[in-house]
Amino acid sequence: MLDATGRPRSLFLLGGTSDIALAVAERYAARTPGLRVVLAARPGERRDAAVGRLGDLGCEVHAVDLEARSVESHQDAVRAAAGHGDIDVAVVAYGLLGDNERAWTDVAAGTELAEVNFVGPLAAGILLGEQVRRQGHGIVVALSSVAAERPRRSNFVYGATKAGADAFFTGLGEALREHGGHVLVVRPGFVRSKMTAGLEPAPLATDPGRVADAVLAAVDARREQVWVPGAMRGVMVVLRHLPRPVFRRLPI
Amino acid sequence: MSVLGVDPQRRTLTGWGRTAPSAADVAVPPGPDGVAALIASLRTGGDPPARGVLARGLGRSYGDAAQNAGGLVLDMTGCDRILSIDVDRGVVRVEAGVSIDTLTRTLLPLGLWLPVVPGTRQVTVGGAIAADVHGKNHHVSGSFGDHVLALDLVTADGALRTLTPDGPGAEAFWATVGGMGLTGVVVRATLSCVPAQTAYAVVRTERARDLDHLLELLAEDDPDPYSVAWFDALARGPRMGRAVLTRGRLARLDDLPARLAKRPTAFGGGGPGPGVPPMPYGLLNRATGRAFNELWFRKAPARPTTDVQPLGAFFQPLDGVRDWNRVYGPRGFCQYQFVVPPSETEAFRRAVALIADSGHPSCLNVLKRMGESSPGLLSFPAPGWTLAVDLPVGPGLDRLFHRLDDVVLGAGGRVYLAKDARLGPDAVEAMYPRLAEFRAARRVLDPEGLFVSDLARRVLL
Repeated sequence: MLDATGRPRSLFLLGGTSDIALAVAERYAARTPGLRVVLAARPGERRDAAVGRLGDLGCEVHAVDLEARSVESHQDAVRAAAGHGDIDVAVVAYGLLGDNERAWTDVAAGTELAEVNFVGPLAAGILLGEQVRRQGHGIVVALSSVAAERPRRSNFVYGATKAGADAFFTGLGEALREHGGHVLVVRPGFVRSKMTAGLEPAPLATDPGRVADAVLAAVDARREQVWVPGAMRGVMVVLRHLPRPVFRRLPI
Repeated sequence: MSVLGVDPQRRTLTGWGRTAPSAADVAVPPGPDGVAALIASLRTGGDPPARGVLARGLGRSYGDAAQNAGGLVLDMTGCDRILSIDVDRGVVRVEAGVSIDTLTRTLLPLGLWLPVVPGTRQVTVGGAIAADVHGKNHHVSGSFGDHVLALDLVTADGALRTLTPDGPGAEAFWATVGGMGLTGVVVRATLSCVPAQTAYAVVRTERARDLDHLLELLAEDDPDPYSVAWFDALARGPRMGRAVLTRGRLARLDDLPARLAKRPTAFGGGGPGPGVPPMPYGLLNRATGRAFNELWFRKAPARPTTDVQPLGAFFQPLDGVRDWNRVYGPRGFCQYQFVVPPSETEAFRRAVALIADSGHPSCLNVLKRMGESSPGLLSFPAPGWTLAVDLPVGPGLDRLFHRLDDVVLGAGGRVYLAKDARLGPDAVEAMYPRLAEFRAARRVLDPEGLFVSDLARRVLL
């Protein structure tokens, strides 16, 4: 559980090498000396580096294998994480942006996005939900995107998969309420990170550190949705309601 | 899950501070025997709840002491009968779920009063024992557990044991008094009472201009058994620690004006008064906090006065406002209460300065002198100075608490577990030197660790 001042004792990162997940972990590590972090990711150099980085901050780090496209791998990872004790905060952070032109013309590319961005998180959410019900508490942070609210021509496959996951986690939050669970859906705009390397930043672009700050503030305030930057919320209210002929002409 | 026809309902629980919620299956056992049968059935059922069992009273612990995330919680307010009252000897036997409110309302017309009453009557006798609560007369009369003549405890094996403070079971008794509900479920208790001629107190009220003045006044030898000070937690510089000191005693018949003497034991002390509605935002911030502190100080007469007050108004002024904890808004609040030894006035001063300088606003600030410790292994009270502040949860509060922890630990003091919602295991280990004995006693009474709470998981009791 988080204590009254917002300090968790344990953190479970799914997609533990993601820039946002690590930024969240660093911030919680600063709050809780000796924070236990279970870091689930594909084995390799990036995971080793992430383990080292959190270890240097005084965390007790356990690395666990996770393959985003495998449901069994999710089961193993959640079981392993729960084996270390209660999961106070879980962050579902992995994702794949993909190439939209390939994704909407190539079945394999399109369904890969669906598996990584929707099927995997759905499995994670179901398994984490089970753990929350058992524990009687637990916070699940799901990384969605503003693309889930109104996909554009240039990212609609990614947007479609994120929209599915966004709807699922929003509903999961309702389902887990009576079990002491809390789900936060995070909708960042363009985040300058590994995922977007080489792309031209969109307006209101942000960075992983800001997203992490917003996540911690939203968890503290027990909010269920947060946009990053905060101004993105207002922008999306407008964009969501624009007629399609207008939306399609926007230079975004 | 249905246990003996008691259907637990999943509910989200918090303490009085409304922080750190968790869900548990809550059952309301119909009486002490029901509790024993239920615990016994958990064993014979072969499948004890994976996340344990905990008794809960009226939920006035500020933190997570009466929560058990994912486990079973026994709501003891169904066990609320007063079993017998021996007026001549001043002894009352009750079920553990009876509230101090009900009990005092019943005892006063019979000319009896409890030797120790806490700052709210909305606690159960079981909760008062588990937290070994204290009152304004601690320096004279000790804590609640000092006046418990016997208690019935349902232990993890489903057995009902009668424990006394110095007879058989004394070890288990003093593990249970102050034991935060972790040794079993207290289902009945026998309490000693003191005589009371009236339902009033004679109260002397006096201002202290600063902390030195206040400590001086509190250290004086005082004929009155009850004393407590409210202090301004936001005043800095030369006015730091300015306070209003109230001292009193139970009123005798001849203290009462004729108007009150007609019905001397009529307990006027506030039924459920007006309530506070749920609030989307807290009302307390620096500005309102400062205004409140200023007002409260000025409300007290500039010169010492003596008057007659209803017992409820003197002992539990906040009981008149239902759900007053809602004024702190949805994020809730923490109470920080510590005690440091009598010689550590410098540490005390540093703590007051830290709070005043932090900018975190506190209005309900209580300071008093404490007397001897009780033999309770995890009991909070210890000789010295105790201070309590209520602070709304906000950014930076954890850092303030850390600094306060350092001051308290450095002075050999401790923080009250019934108020705490954020300490870590290392700090608690350092603050409670008898923790190892408590753990050993708990292993004997509950070898499999059936009784557990969120507090116990957090600080590893």
